[in-house]
Amino acid sequence: MSGMRHEFRVTVGPVGFRIGSDWAGPLDAMRRLYSGYPAPGIPDFTVRLAAQRPWRRFIRPSVMIGGDFMLPDAAPMALAHGLLAAEMGMNLQMALGQRRHLLLHASAVERDGRALLMTGLSGAGKSTLSALLGERGWRFMGDEFALLDPESGLVHPFPRMVSLKNEAIGQFGGVVDPARLGPVMTGTPKGTIRHLRPPDDAIARMAEPAVPALLLFPRFGHDPAVREIGEAEIFVRLTQASTNYVALGETGFTALTRLIETVPCRALDYADTDTAVDMVETLWGELA
Amino acid sequence: MGREFVSASKVFHADEPGRRIVKRLPDGVTLIFHRPSGLTHILGSPAPELLEALGEGAADIDMLIERLSRDHDLGDAGEARAALAARLAELETAGLVWRV
Repeated sequence: MSGMRHEFRVTVGPVGFRIGSDWAGPLDAMRRLYSGYPAPGIPDFTVRLAAQRPWRRFIRPSVMIGGDFMLPDAAPMALAHGLLAAEMGMNLQMALGQRRHLLLHASAVERDGRALLMTGLSGAGKSTLSALLGERGWRFMGDEFALLDPESGLVHPFPRMVSLKNEAIGQFGGVVDPARLGPVMTGTPKGTIRHLRPPDDAIARMAEPAVPALLLFPRFGHDPAVREIGEAEIFVRLTQASTNYVALGETGFTALTRLIETVPCRALDYADTDTAVDMVETLWGELA
Repeated sequence: MGREFVSASKVFHADEPGRRIVKRLPDGVTLIFHRPSGLTHILGSPAPELLEALGEGAADIDMLIERLSRDHDLGDAGEARAALAARLAELETAGLVWRV
C-alpha cells in the first residue's frame, strides 16, 4: 500500500477490502455510503486508485484502477467518477481473485432463508430488479455477485452499493431516503450511474447465507413471458456467468451441477419492472 | 508395400472412470468433468456410453460395438459403426479418447 495517501477499509459479505487512493474525494464518498459496514482486520483484497502520472494528481486528475490483480487494459477514469472506479476495482479483485466461493454474476434476494438468484447479460435488469425487491419485502443480498459456497451449497450475500444505471435511477428517486443515494455521475463508460446504499437489514445480515431456491434469467425490453430452459443450457449460461468456474476446477463443477440439479430455473422476459416484480412473486409462489 | 502390421492406432484408450465426474442431466445431456485436464465437456449420446465402454479397457471399434450391444440395441451394424467412428473421432479431438 506504499504511496497511497488515503485508505478506506470495508467488509462486504464475507469479503474484506482495503481501498487505497491518491485522493480523499472518492473515499469520502465511499465512507458516507458504506457507513455502518464493518471494517475487516486483514483484508482479502486491495484496490488501488492511483494517479495515472504523479503530476496528474494536480493537473487533470485521472484514476488508474489497480490492486492485487491487474487487468492491463483497465482504462483510466476521470476523478469525478472515482466512486465508480473504486467499485470497478472491487469487482475486478473479486472476479480475478475469489477462490473460496464460486462467483456468479447474479443478483440475489432472500425470503424465509431461501434465495432467489437472477443472472443475465448486462442490461437484463438483474440489478434493478433485486434493488426493487429489496424495497418490497425481500432481503437484498446483492445486485452483482452471488457467492456460492461449494461445501454447503449456500449462497452468501455480497451487498455492495447498488449501481443504478440510466433509466433505473429515476425509479428510486423520491422512493428511498435521499441519504442512501450517492452522487449522480454522468458520462461514465456505463452511462449515468448513481449508487444506492442497500437497506439497513441487508447490511446488518450480510453474514447470513441462504439456500438457493429459484434461479431466473430476466430479460428487459420484451413482452412478458416465462420459459423453461434445458439443464444443459442452464449449465452453460452459469459457467459463462461465473468468473472463476475454470479456476475452481472440480470444486466449481460439483457446486454448479448441484445448483442446477436442485434449483428450478426459468427465463423471464419483461417490459416494465412492476410487471416483473409481479411475475417474480408468482413464480416464487409456484416453484420455490 | 510390405506386410501389413496390426496397427495399434486402431485401438482406442480413455482414462479410467475415476478420472472423471459424470453428471447425466434430466434433458439427456451428460456433463463430464475431466480431472486430468480440468476441462468440462458437454456430451450427448452415444459419447458418454463410449467412454463408459472404454472404461473396461482399451478397445478397437469392433470390441466397442460388442460391449455396447450388451446394453443397447445398435440397429444396423454398418450405420452404428460409422456413427461410433465419428463420435470416437470427436472424443479424440476433445482429448477424452486417444490412440497410441
